[in-house]
Amino acid sequence: MNFVTAVFYFFSAILIFAAFRVVTTRNPVHAALFLVLAFFSASGLWLTLEAEFLAIALVLVYVGAVMVLFLFVVMMLDINIDRLREGFWNYLPLAALVATMLALEMAIVLGSRSFGLNIIPAPIAHPAGYSNTKELGSLLYTDYVYPFELAAVILLVAIIAAIALTMRRRKNSKYQDPAEQVKVKREDRVRMVEMATDQPSSTRS
Amino acid sequence: MAYLQALFGYMWPAVWALAKIVAIVVPMLLAVAYLTYAERKVIGYMQVRIGPNRVGYKGLLQPIADGIKLMMKEIIIPSGANKFLFVLAPVLTIAPALAAWAVIPFSPQVVLANVDAGLLYILAITSMGVYGVIIAGWASNSKYAFLGSLRSAAQIVSYEIAMGFALVGVLMAAQSLNLTDIVNGQKGGIFSWYWLPLFPMFIVYFISGVAETNRAPFDVAEGESEIVAGFHVEYSGMAFAVFFLAEYANMILIAALTSLMFLGGWNPLFNIAPFTWIPGFVWLLLKIAFVLFLFLWLRATFPRYRYDQIMRLGWKVFIPITLVWVVVVGAVMQTPYAYLIH
Repeated sequence: MNFVTAVFYFFSAILIFAAFRVVTTRNPVHAALFLVLAFFSASGLWLTLEAEFLAIALVLVYVGAVMVLFLFVVMMLDINIDRLREGFWNYLPLAALVATMLALEMAIVLGSRSFGLNIIPAPIAHPAGYSNTKELGSLLYTDYVYPFELAAVILLVAIIAAIALTMRRRKNSKYQDPAEQVKVKREDRVRMVEMATDQPSSTRS
Repeated sequence: MAYLQALFGYMWPAVWALAKIVAIVVPMLLAVAYLTYAERKVIGYMQVRIGPNRVGYKGLLQPIADGIKLMMKEIIIPSGANKFLFVLAPVLTIAPALAAWAVIPFSPQVVLANVDAGLLYILAITSMGVYGVIIAGWASNSKYAFLGSLRSAAQIVSYEIAMGFALVGVLMAAQSLNLTDIVNGQKGGIFSWYWLPLFPMFIVYFISGVAETNRAPFDVAEGESEIVAGFHVEYSGMAFAVFFLAEYANMILIAALTSLMFLGGWNPLFNIAPFTWIPGFVWLLLKIAFVLFLFLWLRATFPRYRYDQIMRLGWKVFIPITLVWVVVVGAVMQTPYAYLIH
């Protein structure tokens, strides 16, 4: 067992534990935090595959942005765990069926001949100057430019749809227009008044 | 060295890396301690006060005294708090602030890990700092702390986008994600540094950095006039001190990154004789100190932003500016004037 194997088992163990806790823990905030841990360990696994760009992007996008917003929402929800658990036994047969299907499908894909070590061998060690990021970028913008653009367009549609669904203007809400605020001149607010000065009457005697 | 290497055997790489980490972290923590002193002194003088001057010569031992005081205090855990997360939160806050230093180069050869995607690593690691704040606010089981953490989380996530786009500009100019290469791309005097061709991004990055570290005028996360002390209101003693340390460590980190990416890193101010005598490491320190002074200056000068103004500045001003400038840089790179950027 060399160093990389030890790292692999270390991260895998944490990943499986975290993933297990995501579905078993009772507190939704804890579940979200365990999901963060799972993402983080997965990115560690990707690092051992020399996919450093993907690994860092996983942390940056999922841990740094998506899960923060997710946690944000989960923390503000007032979730009653007993209400959530009410129909557990009613839903169990259906859930078991879905879970078995999922497990079977994964077994078919992962167990088939297209996923063995002879098809996808371990990555070859690259020389020191090799840049995974540059490689990925040039591949994305040459060979895979159409799928990439397509994905970008789909994301754009999703962004616009999300904004269109949630944006509503309230008629009675008050807000300030910063452009108007910036445009204000002194003359609009202050009026200088000329007044004749008069001698103060002597108060101290 | 050979003797030590033989002593530790196959454990040597780990021991050597650990020694280097200690060599970075210990001066870092000292710098943090004296940054608090510098802040009190600078703001003191700006407000026509004297600042700390009782402990040691001109108050120089003040940060040590403060540290000892905080260590002696009891760490109170609120009764309704989630104990594990309450204790974990300060750790999660300071760990990213220190871990980011792994890829910061101090001179052309001196860097702990000269990784290829250093810039991405920095972005990813610093984006994790927000967890400490969120968890602290939630685990405290206090409304003030929770409101503070929500404010902070929204603010950090918003400004991270502008920051990321500013870094895209840097990587386009340097054509590399490696921080050493980025500094080497700015060889020469003050006019060949990236602050000039990427001026809007330089400004956006610095201001976003102030917002990311929750410093005044963006310190609504701890706005003491509204929500007492924000997310760390329930923390006391050393647990509070760790949040404090993390804030200042993040300030130094942002200052170091600004100096490396926009202010030429270890390159001297002018590439002529008296300036080139000063070693590059000292130049880097001077630039970091200058940016840190800007942080303190901002705090002493500006009133706190209103929260909706912060959001407006981040989303409606900074992100469009950086997006436009990314396009400008990309367009210029295709013309014969590309030498202006690189």
